Amino acid sequence: MSQIEEVGLDKFKHLVSERALTGETMLLNMGPQHPSTHGVLRLLLELDGEIIVNCIPDIGYLHTGIEKNMEAKTYQKAEVMTDRLDYMNPIGNNLAYVMAVEKLVDLDVPARAQGLRVILTELQRISSHLVWLGTSGLDLAAMSMFLYCFREREQILDIFELVSGQRMMTTYFRPGGVWRDVPVEFEKAVRDFIKIFPKRVDQYETLLTKNPFLLDRTLGIGKLDVATALSFGVTGPPLRASGIDWDLRKARPYCGYEQYDFNVPTRTEGDTYARYLVRVQEMRESLKIVEQALNKLPLGPVRSGNRKFVTPPRSEIGVSMESLIHHFKLWTEGFSAPKASIYSAVESPRGELGLLLEGDGGPKPYRVHLRTPSFDNLAVLSQIVKGHLVADLVAILSSIDIVLGDIDR
Amino acid sequence: MDKKLEPIVKSLQDKFSATFEEFRDEVHLFVKPEQIVDALTLLRDEYNFELLSALTAVDYYPQETPRFHVVYQLTSIAKNLSVQIRVPVNGSSPKVPTATHVYDVANWRERELLDMFGIEFDGHPDPRRILSPEDMEGHPLRKDFPLGYEEPQFTFNFDEIDLRKPYAKE
Repeated sequence: MSQIEEVGLDKFKHLVSERALTGETMLLNMGPQHPSTHGVLRLLLELDGEIIVNCIPDIGYLHTGIEKNMEAKTYQKAEVMTDRLDYMNPIGNNLAYVMAVEKLVDLDVPARAQGLRVILTELQRISSHLVWLGTSGLDLAAMSMFLYCFREREQILDIFELVSGQRMMTTYFRPGGVWRDVPVEFEKAVRDFIKIFPKRVDQYETLLTKNPFLLDRTLGIGKLDVATALSFGVTGPPLRASGIDWDLRKARPYCGYEQYDFNVPTRTEGDTYARYLVRVQEMRESLKIVEQALNKLPLGPVRSGNRKFVTPPRSEIGVSMESLIHHFKLWTEGFSAPKASIYSAVESPRGELGLLLEGDGGPKPYRVHLRTPSFDNLAVLSQIVKGHLVADLVAILSSIDIVLGDIDR
Repeated sequence: MDKKLEPIVKSLQDKFSATFEEFRDEVHLFVKPEQIVDALTLLRDEYNFELLSALTAVDYYPQETPRFHVVYQLTSIAKNLSVQIRVPVNGSSPKVPTATHVYDVANWRERELLDMFGIEFDGHPDPRRILSPEDMEGHPLRKDFPLGYEEPQFTFNFDEIDLRKPYAKE
């Protein structure tokens, strides 16, 4: 048995106010197991009555060494690790990873695969925002939101199951395209969703947007000003709610986002309510992109024909010697990437999801760094909760929309 | 290289005698550890690089001089530009001045590097481990830190491996 140490204040002396040392203010642990921390997050709060004086987040409870594990796998096999990163957004993580690999080895992707990637990523964005809306509804005592949101999310997960066989950890995108073409039922399933979803968002808004209880809990709470947001590297909806129009889909279009007509919702207030409005509006914009991408979806191959990086279709293996060799080489040894480093970023539902990918000329990545948006978005929490009540902390935390898998990696 | 990046690279070359590399339209500038704070301040104030998008490191073990590259990925929202700054650091007691007073985001990111690579940041206001437990030894993302694995147990060697497993013993 290892000894249980008595934890004194010494370790946190420089982080709390002097009043904590005299016992005038109280230190209170919120978490690691707490329904409102959205995962295993521990917040050490310094409280003056019910007012927060200081908030010290303690993370790492979900650290699984994804970056280290990816270094030990070939480029194709490392992709499954990215699904487990931000588990509300596995498809978006796959996209970030495959785009980084494609940039490193300079691989082209067929137009149909690009279209499918856009449709599925935007559906994933909607489903991620639905989980956020449902759980922040729970935090603000709007129990029914959770049930409504998960009903629609289920429909999206069914679409994922249809195309990839998995509801969450799909690994459907592959370097050079997607795993295989979508089945014929795909179009109808997505059209059904497009038809039903605008009405459902209207329903959510009827329940929440002008609800006096929600307004009481969110208006003017957790204000994040532009200078703080930028200095803390906040991206995604929290940054846009503070008034900066920065969306990588617009600013640096990838996967053909430049073909689609959509707006980037922004607000200037920077409070919890503004973040709520931005995300709800984003769901509508994402649906617009899905509809346009589905209408424009071209026919053709879904995987690149470059056999040095992409395995040949199963049907060719029985009849072509070269295909058999490529299949064998790619699945045993893998493909090699140049000795160079790239940084590639996509807009995940939470912000800028970036990958620093470095190759060493061999078939395994030398270094993968995942620049995850939740990590930096959480760091700003201690700044914006000061002076608020503990109950407001719950609302602010859920409005930042963190995912602990994304923070701890 | 992007036309808009040329004056920025030029000014960094003049001021800090920085060298640069280019790959797939990305620019990597190399500066010395003692210059990094000035370089970041210059980029933030003069050239509108408001966001420090990523701050990480790469370990080139067994190479010792330099063993690490500390990587600063900067983004300018106003100009829609990116630039990467790399700081080569030697293997024996790696030390870089902190950038926390230039970008607040550096606080947690530098704690992560201290934790994962053992790179120390001079003047950091809160130098504690961030992801691993406080009493952990070693730095997991260093290349000389073993990945570790569990031996697969089969019927014929189940008991033998079971004996070696670190179960709690009373």
